[in-house]
Amino acid sequence: MRPSINQNTVRLSLPELRNLGTILRILLAVNAIVLVAALLRETRWAALWATWLEMMSIVEPQLLLQLLVLYAFAPQLSRLPYRSGAIVVLLLTLAVALAFNTAVAALVEDVTASAMSRDVVFSMLIAAALLVYFQLRAKALSPAITEARLQALQARIRPHFLFNSINAVLSQMRTDPRRAETALEDLADLFRVLMRDNRQLAPLENEVELCRHYLDLEKLRLGDRLTVDWHIDNMPKDAMVPPLVLQPLLENAVYHGIEPSSAPGVIAINIFLSRGEVHAILRNPYQEGPRRGGGNKMALANIRERLALHFDAEASLENRLTRDSYEVHIRMPYRTKHRTGKPRG
Amino acid sequence: MADAPLKVLIVDDEAPARRRLRELLDDCTTALPLVVVGEAASGREALTLLGSTLTDLVLSDIHMPDMDGIELARHLLKLPVPPVLIFTTAYHEHAIAAFEVHAVDYLVKPVRVQRLLAALQQVPRLRPLSEGKLDRLPAAARRFLSVTERSRVVLVAIEEVIYLKAELKYITIRTADREFLLEESLTRLEEEFGQRFVRVHRNCLVAREAIRGFERRVSADGDAHWEVLLRGVTEALPVSRRQQFIVREIGRESSA
Repeated sequence: MRPSINQNTVRLSLPELRNLGTILRILLAVNAIVLVAALLRETRWAALWATWLEMMSIVEPQLLLQLLVLYAFAPQLSRLPYRSGAIVVLLLTLAVALAFNTAVAALVEDVTASAMSRDVVFSMLIAAALLVYFQLRAKALSPAITEARLQALQARIRPHFLFNSINAVLSQMRTDPRRAETALEDLADLFRVLMRDNRQLAPLENEVELCRHYLDLEKLRLGDRLTVDWHIDNMPKDAMVPPLVLQPLLENAVYHGIEPSSAPGVIAINIFLSRGEVHAILRNPYQEGPRRGGGNKMALANIRERLALHFDAEASLENRLTRDSYEVHIRMPYRTKHRTGKPRG
Repeated sequence: MADAPLKVLIVDDEAPARRRLRELLDDCTTALPLVVVGEAASGREALTLLGSTLTDLVLSDIHMPDMDGIELARHLLKLPVPPVLIFTTAYHEHAIAAFEVHAVDYLVKPVRVQRLLAALQQVPRLRPLSEGKLDRLPAAARRFLSVTERSRVVLVAIEEVIYLKAELKYITIRTADREFLLEESLTRLEEEFGQRFVRVHRNCLVAREAIRGFERRVSADGDAHWEVLLRGVTEALPVSRRQQFIVREIGRESSA
């Protein structure tokens, strides 16, 4: 392989063959292509449905089998360089198509050799076309666009928080210098992460640590008004998540749920692993009253978009408002550093 | 007069911010005689303190629960001798742009001791913010109405108001317990609290939540008109001919 000269050129990689989004796209594309083929073959509208179904009955089992094989070999495939990977994908597709057609030929008598070879060629062409499609899609999403957007999207800390925190640290200087020291260290850690290049996934453990630093700073400022309830005993520490996926939500929770009230409030954080998925549920009190300057929607849209870029359809973010509380629920696939869909460079 | 120490009240919902300001004020005492007469965590607390403590200067945060700084500035004008108010804020938000335009004094947190001292030295020359100036600042609707009674400021929470009725020079505020007299314009109140109140008559705004229903009344001379029935009070208020449409509008909402 030629080494890339420019750091920013797209690193070619296979689509994530275990990603629900990828699988859905393949299924939809193949079904659509078969529909087009049926339209070309069948001139009578009335019979179109039957023709399509007939074609699907041959294509669908074969397609599912191919997807299954690719799913099985996904980890090995993702470790290959792109070109070899693509060739292996095509070979696997070919092998399944051949095997399938041979099996069908053995069972059904009226299958001709030409029909068989046509079918195999058909499936190879679709596989190649899909590989090209995924490559184009990755290009469209990834380099300049994604990077620029991720940079811009990156959650921003409210300046209001920064200056109030610095003021709170100043207030500790004379009476409790040690607490002031810790607070400055928290602030440094927080800003280190904020200013870092946050495009790569990072361990959940780090994100939780960051959230703790952030909430410690808020506690310094808000005192007894803020209580944090952590439920993270079943948290998969090694899950790889987009950096700053939780902190901006906590910032919203403080800004909209705690600050507007003089009464003490609780922010509950619940992170757990369930059926191979990481769930994070954040809850804060909600008071009806004059709305504070927005920001919440932007943070939500930002996190949603980053989840989609990293995990496609396998992640989701839902928010719910009840009478007196506001809840955000994030669902992400459980991936670890050694078991991610994408090869790391 | 010039020798009397400057009496300062600190208002901020964050305890560390109050402490920091107190430290800085302490630092200023050598250059300028002053005394901190109290601390409050909200505008509401501040008004209670101001009722009993003579104060020259209020240093107040803008964003606070219960009652924010701008609302505090409005209510304290009702005091017999309103103190000077200087806002403190952590961030140049949009309100600050308006402060600049209307020359409203403010300090940015963290506050430098030199800036604070300079502001303190100006206090004898400053006057309380005028109502007109406050009107031009971007502010949320007030949470309270304030009236002066025996030289004290009494707050009436907006949620407790059943109706507002203009009578000659004053507006009567009716709550479930009693009445208060307010010196403001009904039109301005309608602009500020339009969501909460509905106009039933040229001289009367009624809280939507308090409306129990409507009743058709025929007077002795055969003239018919609608009256609005209210929760919490026995008196019914006439609905003017011009505002009759609200009977159907609200009647439909409540029957739905």
